[in-house]
Amino acid sequence: MADLATIALTAAGLFFFVAGTVGLIRFPDTFTRLHALTKADNLGLGFIALGIALQAETWAQVARLGLIWALALLAAGAMAQLVARTALEREDAE
Amino acid sequence: MSLALDLALCALILGVALATVAGSGLFRAIVFFIVYGLLVAVGWVRLGAIDVALAEAAIGAGLTGVLLLAAHGRLRRLGTARDASHGAHLLSALAGAALAAALAWAWFVLPLPERPGPELAAAMPRAGVENPVTAVLLNFRAWDTLLESIVLLAALIGLWMLTRERDWSGRLGLPQHSRAGGVLASFGRVLPPVGLLIGVWLVWAGADRHGGAFQGGTVLAAVGLVAAMAGLVRPPRIGARLWHVALMIGPAVFVLAGLAGAILAGEFLTLPPPIAKPAILTIEIALTASIAATLAFLVLGPPEEGRAP
Repeated sequence: MADLATIALTAAGLFFFVAGTVGLIRFPDTFTRLHALTKADNLGLGFIALGIALQAETWAQVARLGLIWALALLAAGAMAQLVARTALEREDAE
Repeated sequence: MSLALDLALCALILGVALATVAGSGLFRAIVFFIVYGLLVAVGWVRLGAIDVALAEAAIGAGLTGVLLLAAHGRLRRLGTARDASHGAHLLSALAGAALAAALAWAWFVLPLPERPGPELAAAMPRAGVENPVTAVLLNFRAWDTLLESIVLLAALIGLWMLTRERDWSGRLGLPQHSRAGGVLASFGRVLPPVGLLIGVWLVWAGADRHGGAFQGGTVLAAVGLVAAMAGLVRPPRIGARLWHVALMIGPAVFVLAGLAGAILAGEFLTLPPPIAKPAILTIEIALTASIAATLAFLVLGPPEEGRAP
């Protein structure tokens, strides 16, 4: 049961990663690409972490997976803002 | 199933390695180099070498990547970020191929390495720590680690020697500018507590589980760098005495422990079992402080653009 749920959740996670990557490649400018990358990949990582958490042997491992997801979310969000601001300044300069 | 994973990993590592050296453009090569380091770290995990994987991810991919990015930014600011000439490319390709060939030759000529066998198992009770990697790094082959820590310090001194005379009394690195209350400022407030916890844990756990001074020190250096970039702490000046102590304490404590071993056990850097555990922990903590400070200062770079003090 747990194995089935893991397969379904990680598959869902991979789907979002693929979607984010397609967005990164196909979208026309920095801002839409950032949108695809951060939103889809954070959701994908969340699904994968959830899927792996079902295989964890202790609650400490679950907590660590949660911490990894939260840190990745925080870093991706902050970096997306910084990249977007730099791109905006560059556009204004032109 | 795991064979498929390993094969895919090998293909990815080789592909990314090729993309690093074969493509044009410095920035592209650096990004691929960072990805390459992360993939190699996953490879080390697959081989069961967790300590090496941690070091590769933290230092090989993370720190070296940041140093390369900083160097690239500097070249671009100076307007010299051109690709090297074809001759230089050919020369470095030849040198790389020769190195790879020499390594392959060594692999086939030398006897296959055996798993750390009976000697290490017999020596472990004398090590003072449970993690065999830490035992080798800080007890049985402490020379290597001592010299590594001194090499790091020498690298920093070499970098500082590049400082312009008028910048010498300025703060390390370029002036950082971040909006007060902006995204980077709040990121710089949220990350350090978590990073400090993880860095200290890596050092502490290194005695008996995976981790160590280099891995923990790199995480702590990253914490300091984030705080500095967010404008929450100001980088020190070259003349700051307290930071000199932080830079020196690792190698100094290491040498002192070695001398203590020379007196107590009759040989330099030999830690007699009764004091091995406390000695290793003390060396690790001091080394972590020095490694963290040295790495963070290396990334910040020499003081630049002579700001008024």
